[in-house]
Amino acid sequence: MGYVAVKGGTEAIEASLARLKYDRIKGEEIVEIKTVLATMRPLVDQVMSEASLYAPFLAALAIKQAGGSMEEAVFLLRAHRSTLPRHYYSETVDTEDMFVERRISASFKDIPGGQLLGSTNDYTHRLLDFNLVTEKKEDHQAWLRQFQEQMNEHDADKELQFFPKVVDYLREEGLFETYDLDDTPPKDITKESIQFPTGRSERLQALTRGQTGAVTSLGYASLRGYGQVHPTIGEVRMGDVPIHVKHPYEEESDPDDLFYIGDVKITEVESLVPVNVKKQNQKEELEFEIGYGISFGQNETKAIAMSILDQCLENSHGEFPTHDEEFVLLHIDSVESTGFISHLKLPHYVTFQSKLDSVRQVKKGGTTNDD
Amino acid sequence: MMTKPHFAFFDEGSKKEIRRTALKAVAIPGYQVPFASREMPIARGWGTGGLQLTLSLIGRSDVLKVIDQGADESVNAVSIKKLVQHTTGVSITEDTAAANIIQSRHRIPEKELREDQILILQVPNPEPLRKVEAREYLTKRMHAEDDYSGAWLLLFEQIMKYGRMSTGAEHPVYVNGRYVMTPSPIPRFDNPKMHQSKALILLGAGREKKIFAVPPYTDVKSMAFDDYPFAVESFEGKSCKLCGSTDVFLDEIIDPDTGERSYQCNDTSFCIEQLNKKEKEEVENSYV
Amino acid sequence: MSETPIVQVRHLQKQFGAGCPHCLDKESVYLEKNYCTSCGTVHAVRDVSFDLYPGEVLGIVGESGSGKSTMLQGLYFDGDMTAGEVYINQPGLAGHNVLTLSSQQKRYIRNNVYGMVYQNPVHGLKMNFSSIGNIAEKMIAAGNRHVGSMEKRGEELLKNVHIPLRRRKEEPQNFSGGMQQRVQIAKALSNNPPILFLDEVTTGLDLSVQASVLDLIKQIQRELQISMVVVSHDLAVIRMLADRSIVMLNGEIIENGLTDQILEDPQHEYTQQLVYSLL
Repeated sequence: MGYVAVKGGTEAIEASLARLKYDRIKGEEIVEIKTVLATMRPLVDQVMSEASLYAPFLAALAIKQAGGSMEEAVFLLRAHRSTLPRHYYSETVDTEDMFVERRISASFKDIPGGQLLGSTNDYTHRLLDFNLVTEKKEDHQAWLRQFQEQMNEHDADKELQFFPKVVDYLREEGLFETYDLDDTPPKDITKESIQFPTGRSERLQALTRGQTGAVTSLGYASLRGYGQVHPTIGEVRMGDVPIHVKHPYEEESDPDDLFYIGDVKITEVESLVPVNVKKQNQKEELEFEIGYGISFGQNETKAIAMSILDQCLENSHGEFPTHDEEFVLLHIDSVESTGFISHLKLPHYVTFQSKLDSVRQVKKGGTTNDD
Repeated sequence: MMTKPHFAFFDEGSKKEIRRTALKAVAIPGYQVPFASREMPIARGWGTGGLQLTLSLIGRSDVLKVIDQGADESVNAVSIKKLVQHTTGVSITEDTAAANIIQSRHRIPEKELREDQILILQVPNPEPLRKVEAREYLTKRMHAEDDYSGAWLLLFEQIMKYGRMSTGAEHPVYVNGRYVMTPSPIPRFDNPKMHQSKALILLGAGREKKIFAVPPYTDVKSMAFDDYPFAVESFEGKSCKLCGSTDVFLDEIIDPDTGERSYQCNDTSFCIEQLNKKEKEEVENSYV
Repeated sequence: MSETPIVQVRHLQKQFGAGCPHCLDKESVYLEKNYCTSCGTVHAVRDVSFDLYPGEVLGIVGESGSGKSTMLQGLYFDGDMTAGEVYINQPGLAGHNVLTLSSQQKRYIRNNVYGMVYQNPVHGLKMNFSSIGNIAEKMIAAGNRHVGSMEKRGEELLKNVHIPLRRRKEEPQNFSGGMQQRVQIAKALSNNPPILFLDEVTTGLDLSVQASVLDLIKQIQRELQISMVVVSHDLAVIRMLADRSIVMLNGEIIENGLTDQILEDPQHEYTQQLVYSLL
């Protein structure tokens, strides 16, 4: 039979996978998917947002499988997204139809409809709560019952309420340029690779898929001076919006005949950014532009940072990388950046040998001219 | 909630799109065709471009070989083979001659490829002008306008500084006399193998979302000045300590105890073939 | 002086803004200098026409904002012109309005027919490449693929512009302003262009350095008989270099003729001011 290859690689991989499994289960504890869903909603939200797939159950499964590793969980969900056929686009979602759980404005104290603080970490004191070490389900029952009763009293006389948008209120005052509705179908960068210069729809899509940390850092950089956008938050709203699709074979567009396919929870941010606008007579005027941020689930930091970057990229500025669309959009994707960084772990024997040869030849002294 | 993977992972629509992109790449040799690169079950930078090409082309009767750094048993090559086999059930080989699709990272096999074979190379950085210009918008324009003076200038500067071109792997090539292309990074040693190759060479960059190609029998010329010719890595006076081959790309191996340097074929399946050939000859001779 | 111009510029026009019926007429009351108070359009270059003859140095003088640099950028394809025609009397180009050529053809002209020296060397040089590499870049762009010949030519040029050869592999970012300017001149000359543009090349340099750069330009002109367009706000520079001159104000040519004649007998009020301030 002669010589055969040693199966070193195959064996090493098998051993490594076994070790990985061992590490996940050796503690002999099982985290249930329902536990992840019930107690780690911000994590689930973040995974869905960066994976750009709204599927809480699958996100929780990905978190469980990844042992809580954020980049791994996003990766799993993205790869799964790749296998799903995408047949329809939904109708445009009007976020004014949002069932609002939380909505605040930093621009006005009294906004129409009022501020609604909702559920937020913002005013918690970040002290480790050692009571959680020993908390039991039974302890919560009384508290939950009481909370429910209070809620019922409160809401009994109220109808389902929708909140008008803060920005609309300002628009009436003429503080923004008003634009005609634009029904151009947005470009989908997951179906066609992004091409530069980009349109706004491509930018917003890339930003909302961005890694939370990366989007936050770059937005922060702009605030600190490596950029020219420092916004005031017109409105942050978070809650459920209904998603509708058209009948695939019928041309008509009667809104009553749309199919309701479910709700998604989103965070939406509209930031107000003062900008110089050149009017027709070339005179400059100060106006507000809206920086737009949106994210699956509750992820306010990312959505706000996105609204900053949206305006940065709307107004290119040579001096700052935060205003450079290629710099921002090509480097914030979690799967791309973590993948390429981690690929450095792959063997590079051949390319290194090649470079080594080059360095040795240079040391030996250059080749000579033929003249 | 069990799901069965589709044949070759992708839905057929995605495969068609990738094949269309590959056809366009063949039609414009060396030109980087953008495509909507899918997220794969393996990481960006770990061969997703090559893998997408392989999965979109492979059929049940195909025979696949995957190598990384010249080796069939390199861990990532094994991992890719496992994924393809798991989703397709095709047969896998280590024998270069037996394969009709060969996916590779950083090497072109030593054995000359045939017309009925396709070589798929994994590419991390598809843009040969990236060092000249960071912006994709501008490099795309430079390709369109046949403006490669920046790439030439980089080589000129190396000669000024070091007395010779100091590129390692990834020495840029002109394809069909028009587009400048990065050869994926293969070592300079393999650049000449692309010239007038009988096999179709497809190059896939998953993260950067580009596919490009060297069609069979196409001119591929490594960039070089008239008076500073292109030179491959030199293994002069060295040979494989296992099979004795000389005209091949060698891995340098340092004995951890003695510090002694020895050399071995980088292409492992080529090495084994040489060894078996030798053994057969010896056996035959002993019967004479 | 030869009869056929090497460059003919006709009705060059550059405006920032859309323009309106009020500012179409040059004498319009809506125009404040070259700015239209009605629509806000700036008419940076207005109906500029002139000829450049082989071997001559044409001076273009005017204050900042007069449109002279905008016009030069247009000629060198650094900026688009709103309207107008430019003809170059060179093989293969004669009879074509070069402003309408493809960007590839324009690049050919920049690399083979034109040389340009910018006021700020950052625009003309790659500051972190070797000086010889900077000079070679233009030769590479014009198709040269022989290192030895480019090195030789580069060294010859560096010698001509008085850069010590031992510094040929140094990067211009390590050089003084005057030296950077001389590397730029060497680069502009690398392909023996018949036409050279100089945009405020001595502005911002020390007086003594200015003098040496001007000397160098004069010497090059004498030896190589290149046609040059020299743009400067400084009449002294123009007096020293230019045979013939054009005076620009608010985007228009207000006076043109032999430099000596303009200096001796300025016709336009603005030119008179300019000349008296020189004395």
